[in-house]
Amino acid sequence: MENRKIRVLIAKPGLDGHDRGAKVIARSLRDAGMEVIYTGLRQTPEMIVEAALQEDVDVIGMSILSGAHMALTPRVIELMHESGLDDVKVIIGGIIPDEDVPALKSMGVSEVFGPGTNTDDIVKHIRTVVSV
Amino acid sequence: MLKTFPETLVSQLLAGNRRALARTITAVENEAPESVEILKTLYPYTGRAYTIGITGAPGTGKSCLVTALTQHLRKQNKTVGIIAVDPTSPFTGGAVLGDRFRMRDLSGDSGVFIRSMASRGHLGGLARTTYDVMRVMDAAGFDIIIIETVGAGQNEVEIVKAADTTIVVEAPGLGDDIQAIKAGILEIADILVVNKADSPLVQNTVRALKAMLDLGHRQRLVAHHGQLMAQTDSTGAPEYDFREVPIIQTVAINGQGISTLVEAIDAHRSYLAENGIRQDRQRARLQGELIARLKETLLKNLLDTVPDETFDQLIESLLARQIDPVSAVQSLLNPQRPLS
Repeated sequence: MENRKIRVLIAKPGLDGHDRGAKVIARSLRDAGMEVIYTGLRQTPEMIVEAALQEDVDVIGMSILSGAHMALTPRVIELMHESGLDDVKVIIGGIIPDEDVPALKSMGVSEVFGPGTNTDDIVKHIRTVVSV
Repeated sequence: MLKTFPETLVSQLLAGNRRALARTITAVENEAPESVEILKTLYPYTGRAYTIGITGAPGTGKSCLVTALTQHLRKQNKTVGIIAVDPTSPFTGGAVLGDRFRMRDLSGDSGVFIRSMASRGHLGGLARTTYDVMRVMDAAGFDIIIIETVGAGQNEVEIVKAADTTIVVEAPGLGDDIQAIKAGILEIADILVVNKADSPLVQNTVRALKAMLDLGHRQRLVAHHGQLMAQTDSTGAPEYDFREVPIIQTVAINGQGISTLVEAIDAHRSYLAENGIRQDRQRARLQGELIARLKETLLKNLLDTVPDETFDQLIESLLARQIDPVSAVQSLLNPQRPLS
């Protein structure tokens, strides 16, 4: 009997050390019945994409509060493309100025979640974009 | 998700494609329909890797130890596949898999492949499909496969059926000499590691473990129809394993004691080979697996022939105390026999 679970990688790329948001998201996805691979602080784009490949995740969630999202995100997406992970969805959370959101989405980011987001909305979004 | 034919996936995996390896593991872990064909095709390529099991209570430093061990093995040019199991929530079915978090120093090395697995409700310290995932990694050609169990308490001993060398990790301050003589997890150790050995309490733990080992030898285990049991000689007296279980002190975060640990693993590996024990264990393991799969299939085949109404009716009779459970089984096995 097939037993499929949604697998999500939660990572904090770059150098800011604020991982509480990432932990809140990891916990709420766990409570929504997903399998969350938590990789924690100070991940390089290379580490994130390598982990996503090995873990065969459906979604990469990145929490960025350092302002480096316009540098880190394109690099992650480029590496994902090189590794053949084009079908993996990317969601971003943290402090992202509104004016950057369209650019991130045009790079291929599936959604951006700012402070105050209801965690249920993130769960719903993941369930919508990942076909199980 | 892209749909790839199992044959393509398997041939890419055998050619060393890491994405194909990851996808194959997913299919096997999910028990997807194609996993039967995949495991069948891969089976002839398995049986080559040496497997090391790491178990112990949560917080003893298993993941850090796996990292340090892997770094050492990589210096010896051995490739390493790691399967790290963490628990699934019994309430929501979700899991946070946090072992990779502690293995960050292994990233960027193409000779290492780490896969996190949730236990998905299976007890015993592993997931139901961990053994099959191990086979997939074996076929992919890793020299060594390390399996890290869920943080195990006293009774999660299933790892012993999967690993060639089982390492039980302890940390100072967790238990006393009475804990050490209890049955269960300490009995399965081929090697005992006391991690965090820079703690001032380390000598107490080492002393308790040493005292436990000095009280007696471990009985040699054999599999009998899939059950592990103590081996006895012709008179019914138990046979003992007189090998001494080494106690090794490590500080995984700075690599202290790791080379001694690797030497101990090598020594155990030679011991298994020289005494034909590895062969015996593999035989026992396959026997156990065959029995378990047979049970599963027979049960499924039987239940497929029993109409739901018959089954429900039987449950009602049991509830009403008109039939006892053993007779109920008999009536399911012999449908012709009327219910007495």
